[in-house]
Amino acid sequence: MLTFTIRRLVLAVPTLLFISFAIFMLLQLAPGDPMAQVPLTVPPEVKQQMREALGLGQPPLVQYWKWLVQVLWIEPKILIDWLTQDSWLLGWLPDTNLYQNELRVISWQTRSPVMDIVIQRIPQTLWVVALAYVVGVLIAIPIGVYSAYRQYSVFDQAGTFVTMIGFSIPPFFTGPLLIVIFSVQLGWLPSIYDTTHVVNDWASFKIQLQQMIMPVMVLALQTTAQISRYMRASMLDNLNMDYVRTARAKGMSEAVVVTVHVLRNSMIPVITVIALGVPSIFGGAIITENVFKVNGIGQLLITALFANDLPMVMTLTFIFAFLIVAFNLIADILYGVLDPRIRYD
Amino acid sequence: MTEPATTDPQAIAALQDKGPLAPPRSQWLDIWDQLKRHKGAMIGGFFLIFITLAVLVGPYIWTLDPQKLDIRNKDLRPIYTAIWDSTAKTAWGHPFGTDNLGRDQLAQMLAGGRASMAVGWAAMLLSLLIGTAVGVAAGFFRRLDGPLMRLTDLFLSLPILPLLLVAVTLFRQPLRANFGPEGGMFVLIVTIIGITSWMPTARIVRGDILTLKEREFILAARSIGTTSWKTITRHLLPNVLSPIMVSATLGLATAIITESALSFLGVGFPSDFPTWGKMLADAVPRMVDFPERVILPGTAISLTVLAVNYLGDGLRDALDPRMRGR
Repeated sequence: MLTFTIRRLVLAVPTLLFISFAIFMLLQLAPGDPMAQVPLTVPPEVKQQMREALGLGQPPLVQYWKWLVQVLWIEPKILIDWLTQDSWLLGWLPDTNLYQNELRVISWQTRSPVMDIVIQRIPQTLWVVALAYVVGVLIAIPIGVYSAYRQYSVFDQAGTFVTMIGFSIPPFFTGPLLIVIFSVQLGWLPSIYDTTHVVNDWASFKIQLQQMIMPVMVLALQTTAQISRYMRASMLDNLNMDYVRTARAKGMSEAVVVTVHVLRNSMIPVITVIALGVPSIFGGAIITENVFKVNGIGQLLITALFANDLPMVMTLTFIFAFLIVAFNLIADILYGVLDPRIRYD
Repeated sequence: MTEPATTDPQAIAALQDKGPLAPPRSQWLDIWDQLKRHKGAMIGGFFLIFITLAVLVGPYIWTLDPQKLDIRNKDLRPIYTAIWDSTAKTAWGHPFGTDNLGRDQLAQMLAGGRASMAVGWAAMLLSLLIGTAVGVAAGFFRRLDGPLMRLTDLFLSLPILPLLLVAVTLFRQPLRANFGPEGGMFVLIVTIIGITSWMPTARIVRGDILTLKEREFILAARSIGTTSWKTITRHLLPNVLSPIMVSATLGLATAIITESALSFLGVGFPSDFPTWGKMLADAVPRMVDFPERVILPGTAISLTVLAVNYLGDGLRDALDPRMRGR
């Protein structure tokens, strides 16, 4: 198992490098010019100097190498510095002072380090996306279990229908629909996610909950649809197994048979599906964040794209790719850990 | 003296068939019978045919130009709002109402549906073509298997939606210059959706080809000297048709949703070219006063995708021989 893990880890590195290289080369084709907004009175040679100051004078390969060094070497140094200085977790360690004012990845929009902006935006995305995923999984598993246990019952048919709807209605339709119903007609929930809202007592916590309900539900509908489908199929596979009959023959109660014997075995493939779905929900969050005006990383990507802010786009896309590769790896390893029959060595 | 054995036709009467033999049944007839029993698939299929016909023939019946501005008749409500709100501005000339520039909503829905369906079908066909080609090549030629499957894994770990956004914003200008504003966007969106969604098809086809390749009929075909190309087209492809059809339905659904998502985010077709996603996105700022402008295109997208998904579900059951006859 350990060799398998190491082999997969080693394979993941060239995959990520290749993806980042492909995205970088794609962005090299971009027609936009960061100097387009500079007034025409600025002479061309000064413009050229400004361009070189942004690191644009060199050949693409050198630029790519510099970006790689900045993201994979300098940014971790800053992270370690922050961990040993300010964080409560490792703050007791001596200061490392690894960062010696090297050039970081600079956003063309704000002229500040890209990573700083990303770090500011990530909590909003994580709150909405992670909570939505947890809620979706928590709803999906009981639905899947019960509709498999009562296959072809009314509940199962209704569950299948709701799942189909969850698959078919895109988030950019459910979002506005929920806003019209709950914010406009009923006036219960705010339609815009207020990021500056500070939670310090019960009243503000309630407001925070209210503004999170709709984005979380929109994202959770899609998660629920997928995972309850897998849960149902996996339960159906296991319910006809011999060990279930044995358990019943031993005189165990139905509740024990279903929740202990069948559920635990059926969870194995479902857990890998859950792990594989994490990155895709980040992708879906781009649309949901746009609908509810959550200023997370998805919204950051859209604004950066429209503003032609290539370093930001590059770094964000790389983060998305990294998430996908990482969670694929986690899913593979989890499968081996949970099911000892499937060890790849 | 023994009598010669008389061949009496009545002697074996008990062995004769009582009724006429059932006519031989083909595989596709069985599949059709199974599909007919899946209610969702039938409704979905008919709805899909209805929508396709509506967007194809509709503009010839409802001949109003979707681009025509009629500023005097702007902001008309759909005809059905008159049922509960007698003061609403409605007109029989515009059954679905008009938008804030006075463009007829019914004509826009038909034109938008045409664009959405065209993008969906074209992107689905392209992704099927790539997926099948990669899957067949990887499954049939052992030497290509490793590299092609690594390529598939690589594509699967690409962040699709961010990449779509990046590619559309980057290549919009050059393609518009070459193919015109609408044609350029069509080519771009179809290509991009096609080359980012072929991976599941490739994996399924490869798996099926790998098992089929070991069967006797392929060995027989090879032993009489059939070339690789002929083996693939004559013997292998017809046998992997069913998984391809199932992934075609899924691909159509994803392609329609992806196109609408791109239009919704504002990177799709040009602003005067209606698609369902674009109509929805344009209507969101004023959805408080005119909710129908969000609901009509949104319902159209959702119902089409729902119909395609149900059809795919039924097809999967019908094409699975283990399910047949139940």
